[in-house]
Amino acid sequence: MSWSGFIVITLLKAAAVLAGMLSLAAAAIYWERRICAFIQGRVGPNRAGPFGLLQPMADAVKTLLKEDYAPGRVRKFYFSLAPAVAMFPGLAILAVIPFGSNLNGCPMVVADLNIGLLYALAVNSVGVYGIVLAGYASNSKYPFMGGIRSSAQIISYEVTMGLSVVPLLLLAGSLNLGRIVECQSGGLFHWMIFRQPLAFALFVIASFAETNRLPFDLPEAEQELVGGYNVEYGSMRFAMFFLGEYANMIAAAAMIVTLFLGGWTLPWFGLDQQAATFWTGALHIAIFLAKVKLVVLGFIWTRWMWPRFRYDQLMSLGWRKLLPLALANMVLTAFVLWARA
Amino acid sequence: MIVQRKRMNWWERLYLSAVFSGLWVTVRRFFRRKVTMQYPEERWVPPEGYRGMPCLVRDQEGHVKCVCCQLCEFICPPKAIRITPPGPDGPPPDRPAAEKAPLEFKIDLLRCIFCGLCEEVCPEEAIFMRRDHQFTAERREELVFDKEELLRRGGTHHDRALKWKRKEEEAKAQGAWVEPAWSPAETAGAIPERQEAGGGK
Repeated sequence: MSWSGFIVITLLKAAAVLAGMLSLAAAAIYWERRICAFIQGRVGPNRAGPFGLLQPMADAVKTLLKEDYAPGRVRKFYFSLAPAVAMFPGLAILAVIPFGSNLNGCPMVVADLNIGLLYALAVNSVGVYGIVLAGYASNSKYPFMGGIRSSAQIISYEVTMGLSVVPLLLLAGSLNLGRIVECQSGGLFHWMIFRQPLAFALFVIASFAETNRLPFDLPEAEQELVGGYNVEYGSMRFAMFFLGEYANMIAAAAMIVTLFLGGWTLPWFGLDQQAATFWTGALHIAIFLAKVKLVVLGFIWTRWMWPRFRYDQLMSLGWRKLLPLALANMVLTAFVLWARA
Repeated sequence: MIVQRKRMNWWERLYLSAVFSGLWVTVRRFFRRKVTMQYPEERWVPPEGYRGMPCLVRDQEGHVKCVCCQLCEFICPPKAIRITPPGPDGPPPDRPAAEKAPLEFKIDLLRCIFCGLCEEVCPEEAIFMRRDHQFTAERREELVFDKEELLRRGGTHHDRALKWKRKEEEAKAQGAWVEPAWSPAETAGAIPERQEAGGGK
């Protein structure tokens, strides 16, 4: 393929992924509000458009038209930078996620990196800077507390997250996410969730912590920190935090699907092989999206069911329970593989 | 008092049992009937006897029941009621036996405390607390209702006694009926024409 063709196609794919991601994030916000309302015995937004489906659009218009206001005594540069940084990892992780097999022979991943998993973990850890910067730059006590909690929490759970995927690498023999998806083909029980259930549980828990979702939403903690790191933000900057939270959630869901739930594959009807026709390729993308949506649904459902951890419980869980489990799982998997070889 | 906590077994200590029962609870809630009332379309109907807006009523023959005794005006704690009596030269009431009818009758809903004393004190059963309780207006003046508006909102009170009509009939039967100096038909134009009663009482 010529260079110009490569660049055009990559840009097209990036634009498609970005558009898909942002619309998914908008949909996730809608579903969050609706599901939350239903669980609480309410109806939720149902006025804008049929069933309130246009609510995200109304919110977007509102935040865009609002005055972009920064309180006095904030550190202006970091204050403006923080929302962008918070939004960045959610969008950047998607670059390495294979969201389909191929369309007319064109592989459905923006960047087929050989170190895709490492890249995803690395980019993910940048996300904490958004929150910490917001807490620092706001020059106000609640955001500051949120930022401090966030740095402690995300750094703690990042260790578990990184260690929990090591057994996967041992099994797949590659850091390339495409390869990891391929090695899950050939039957439902080849999915990593069944081969590495403990790693799956650890990764999911760590994902909740990384995306600041309940029960790990200590940085926000509406009841004690009145919203935490984003207290001083309004209009579009707040919307970017909000969107970033959902983008991170979707990116985490995409990672869970890719690593543990077979990515774009389904173990039936030969859907776990590379697509031969255009329509099978499209079907693979649809399967991937459906799986991501189901995982996002799980995220939302959990949020309205669980109380928040206390700070000491959070630390105890992260360092004294999850980390040893992840290490043990890694050593055990390595030992079994070595004994088999 | 010391509450003895039940010792949890390993499954309960694992925290996962609580997770699953929590998920089950939220799923059940998800499919439960919703309690939200879609406000402008659906409205809460207050129970019988609710003290909402005070209104004037007409009887089933279309006469204004108020005889302008001004007891409600005197008893009203926040002085929300203002009655203008007809005076010696004012227009006569639309019932021959009754002595007077109010020339103007104003209730300021912004002052009203919905205590219901006016309804209680009224000897003619001419003022009632209706169940209306939602008032919106852009200016204060819009919430000062005059006689016409109060009568329109009050509607018809189906009065079994019809006191003034019976008095007239009794006086006629005893031959003690004195024809008033004016005829209700002549003075019909002096007081505003009655309207169709809005909403039954």
